Amino acid sequence: MALTIKEVEDIAFAARLNLTEEEKKDFVQQLSLILDYTNCLNELDTDNIEPLIYILPVYNVFRDDVICPSSPRDGIMSGGPLLEDGQYKVPKII
Amino acid sequence: MELHELGLRDLQNKLNQKEVSVQEIVKSIFKRIHEVDDKVKSFITLDEENALKKAAHLQDSRKGQIAGLPFALKDVFCTRGLRTTCASRMLEDFVPIYDATAVSRLNSEQGILVGKLNMDEFAMGSSTELSVFFPTRNPWDLERVPGGSSGGCAAAVAAGEVPIALGSDTGGSIRQPAAFCGVVGFKPSYGRVSRWGVVACTSSMDQAGVIARKVEDCALIMNIIAGHDPLDATSVNIEVPDYTSFLNPDIRGLKIAYPGEYFQQAGVDKQVKDLVFKALKKYEELGAIIEEVSLPHTRYALPAYCIISPAEASTNLACYDGVRFGLRDYEADNVLDMYCNSRSAGFGDEVKRRIMLGTYVLSSGNYEKYYLKAMQVRRLIKNDFDKIFKEYDLIITPTTPTTAFKLGAEIDNPLTLYGNDIFTVPVNLAGLPAISIPCGFSDGLPVGMQIIGPTFAEGRVLNAAYAFEQNTEYHKNKPALGGEPI
Repeated sequence: MALTIKEVEDIAFAARLNLTEEEKKDFVQQLSLILDYTNCLNELDTDNIEPLIYILPVYNVFRDDVICPSSPRDGIMSGGPLLEDGQYKVPKII
Repeated sequence: MELHELGLRDLQNKLNQKEVSVQEIVKSIFKRIHEVDDKVKSFITLDEENALKKAAHLQDSRKGQIAGLPFALKDVFCTRGLRTTCASRMLEDFVPIYDATAVSRLNSEQGILVGKLNMDEFAMGSSTELSVFFPTRNPWDLERVPGGSSGGCAAAVAAGEVPIALGSDTGGSIRQPAAFCGVVGFKPSYGRVSRWGVVACTSSMDQAGVIARKVEDCALIMNIIAGHDPLDATSVNIEVPDYTSFLNPDIRGLKIAYPGEYFQQAGVDKQVKDLVFKALKKYEELGAIIEEVSLPHTRYALPAYCIISPAEASTNLACYDGVRFGLRDYEADNVLDMYCNSRSAGFGDEVKRRIMLGTYVLSSGNYEKYYLKAMQVRRLIKNDFDKIFKEYDLIITPTTPTTAFKLGAEIDNPLTLYGNDIFTVPVNLAGLPAISIPCGFSDGLPVGMQIIGPTFAEGRVLNAAYAFEQNTEYHKNKPALGGEPI
């Protein structure tokens, strides 16, 4: 199956990526090729197969809510590209 | 033998017998790096000053399990105060404020970090050509790739730049480069080693592991890094054995299966096949029982992986938005443009390709058709392995269908590149432990054999790998760093 340019544009928007016209064309071709490659999975009848979401037989456990130290706020924020008054600064949203 | 050629255990013995000092070891490692890394290009970042300081300090206070011994890290492991790039423009200037758990464990045992190693961007690739900085070269032939994504680790270890390195393996990223570079690459079971502080690619498959020149060094490092970590919800809380206790050349009675599908697959090099069969003969001589079996869903593994891995990666990489860390577009006047511009400038082609593919297969209407279907097929693949492990102790396959290819040879076709992982990917889908060890040479290039064990039977895998290594000479060959770099 071949994806359309419009589909590639929609995916790029959902993924928050800008694509050049050339990239769009490349992705139409490459993504279609990879999706075609996965078509063989449909040869298998998996109607009654439980999806293997998690590989290990583990389940959720609860722990006591104990207060313990965490990384310092300044340290965590030090990786932020743009800071102001101890907060991350981004362009105006509303 | 030069100091830089020795393994961890040998260096430890020399330290214990006071034949060398910690400083001499660390200096010899950096001397070697400065001599050869212009050719090999394994390292993104060196930490020489700190390493030498640590070495001076440790001389008279060695207590830890790897006290005074050098190690290096794939640049996917967070290191406090030392930049961690994932070989991406996105994280080029990222300096973590904490160490990954595996790293802090090596530090607690007084290991000495030498530097951070090259990789395919965000661990996506099989050749280390997809690093944003530079490609790494294969020490056996500088015109060829070292494999990937942990290509810097395998090349550095093969070239004698460091005795061991930690890598990560999502679909073969430790084992495939180890095979291409003629070294040992060990991927433990999913959940065995903490991934806290290891930048995530595919969360249901990523696992940290070891690249070394000797099987015993893998065991030594596993003793330190394996085990439960409260900071990683996927790390399992079960007993960790002393892995060095499995370093025993006796494998009599061990039942080893080899799956026909792995040898009949189109595109498998004849010499690779022959060398693995020769290795199976060796195991038979050593007293193992060898039988052919079938893993009928083998050919569906890579297609399933091509859906599951990008799906999870696209989700993991959503956190790179230019706000909390990483590259930021400062020009955008609205937040949507800032996200899009930052991400588009920060990610390379393959990363974008996987984000796009992952976003598509997870989108409404496609989720059941692709992602859920692939997860169902994943169950069938795991069932294949479970069935074999009811009757057999281990499975042996080639690690890769071919030896190392030339730089640039496969970079234009993503599917050809993914094909390198055809024998390693099923192991990740099933969460099993596996090792790649050298089993011969084809036209001067190393060939790797993969030994796969049941979940958490790392010891048995190490036992079989050690037995082969002790009874063969392949691991003793050293690359000449020949060939003209492109």
